[in-house]
Amino acid sequence: MSQQAAAAAAGRPLLTVEHAQLGYAVDGKLNIAVGDASFEIRQGEKMMLLGPSGCGKSTILKAIAGFIRPTAGRITLDGRTNLDPGPDRAVVFQEFDQLFPWRTVLDNVAYPLRVTGVDKREAADRAKHFVEMMGLSPAADRYPHQLSGGMKQRVAIARAFALEPVMLLMDEPFGSLDAQTRSRLQRELIEIGERTEVTLLFVTHSIQEALVIGHRITVLSHPPSTVLEIVDVREIKDPDTEEFIHVRRHLRELLADEGEDVDHAVFE
Amino acid sequence: MQSSSKPAATGAPAGTGGQAPAATPPTSPDESPLPRPGTPWSRRPAVVRRGILLIALLVIWQAYVTLMDVNPLVFAAPLDVAEALVDGFADGRLVDASLVTLRVLGIGMAIGMAVAAILTTLATWTRIGQDILVLLTSMLNPLPAIAILPLAILWFGLNQTALVFVIANAVTWPLAINVSMGFRTVPTTIMMVGRNLGLRGVGMVRDVLAPAALPHTITGLKTGWAFGWRTIIAAELVFGVAGSGGGLGFFINDARFFLRIPEVFAGLVTIALIGIALESVFNWIERRTVIKWGMKSVEAED
Repeated sequence: MSQQAAAAAAGRPLLTVEHAQLGYAVDGKLNIAVGDASFEIRQGEKMMLLGPSGCGKSTILKAIAGFIRPTAGRITLDGRTNLDPGPDRAVVFQEFDQLFPWRTVLDNVAYPLRVTGVDKREAADRAKHFVEMMGLSPAADRYPHQLSGGMKQRVAIARAFALEPVMLLMDEPFGSLDAQTRSRLQRELIEIGERTEVTLLFVTHSIQEALVIGHRITVLSHPPSTVLEIVDVREIKDPDTEEFIHVRRHLRELLADEGEDVDHAVFE
Repeated sequence: MQSSSKPAATGAPAGTGGQAPAATPPTSPDESPLPRPGTPWSRRPAVVRRGILLIALLVIWQAYVTLMDVNPLVFAAPLDVAEALVDGFADGRLVDASLVTLRVLGIGMAIGMAVAAILTTLATWTRIGQDILVLLTSMLNPLPAIAILPLAILWFGLNQTALVFVIANAVTWPLAINVSMGFRTVPTTIMMVGRNLGLRGVGMVRDVLAPAALPHTITGLKTGWAFGWRTIIAAELVFGVAGSGGGLGFFINDARFFLRIPEVFAGLVTIALIGIALESVFNWIERRTVIKWGMKSVEAED
């Protein structure tokens, strides 16, 4: 954590995305998902990536995770560019099958630690701690197929936190959950996020989710996406205030211009 | 919420408000509090039902042979078969024959597994490997392995090497098809999780790909051994005609030649029993692994 502490002390961002262009090769042709994206994330900040469906939010997350390289521009983490995939940027995916079916809940959290060089005893202890933190202790010895969707996502979150990453990357982790489970997990994430002061990049297409969890919201346009606006919502957490309603309306208008089904995005 | 162990419990009634999930122990899928519906027959356990049927069958068989005065050179009664079985195991001839057959099967399967492993590894990492595997499997898998026995005898002579070659051939293709299918259908999410942890190469195969492909691998082994088992008995029968060998197929053929009909049946029963035993070993492995992990659903066997 000393690097991060130093970064915070120096007041410089932990992660910078500068004019990143991202795309996939489809039939030998480059299909641009993100045209030109620039933003930065500071130490301990919760940054939300909000945009219409298919706007390349997840592509940006995958590039930061190191799964793909920018075709132009630069992504810098702690002074490093050309990022390879690594557990210092633990990813939580949307899909329930992100857990290893052949490992128990506890082992799903402990195994990644052992892979990344934590010794066996310490890995077991740390896994136990984070499993407990996510309220999973009674299910510690179960296999993923014995868990509900919400519990699976809890395990994935516990696994990511246990890695004590420099940055946590979440790709619509609550996107497949029912509304009640989702809002409960949102509250838990906010609470743990505050306690651990983790740096978070969270991809969502839900305005509500972005407002509730985020410190700042980076709003993306339709593809090839650019950053439309970066909204600071750190002080805007009470849904009954005029400010909150105003910001929400503003975000809706931004997305509406991008052709997103806004009613769906707001009320889900 | 989330107190049920069933995977489909996402929408279960909520209300614990972010508290720890209730500590309900996982229930196994076959635990049912409901009384079983159906006739008195269907309510009995499968073992009892099958046992009753088997005994009935044996009784009818014995009665047929005794009452109809069947020529013992054509058809043996169950009691005679039982006697031949006991004698065969007591004097060691059936044991030896079984061991010879199982040894050839074991060597053949080991070679088949090694070849399948090499082929699927190449197929997973390279395009040309994939093309070679598809070409070979599509050509050789539909071919009954026993059909290459004449060639094997021509190449290796009338010996066990020829048998091993045929068995390896019978095992390789169904195994290779299934394993490569398993590797290719590993969910992309779990691959990304592996990469996220920094896994690559051997580590990725050992910790992610191989376990994720295990359901297919076991299916391939089950198919492969069943092919191999049928093939080896057939091949030994041919060898028995040729007058060499020593396995179960040879035992049967030898007994026929000397008109020891109960021994022919005893050989068949032994083949069936070994088949059942090996099948249940694979089923046991499945229950302890992929079924326990929910990667393969329990087959309706009851």
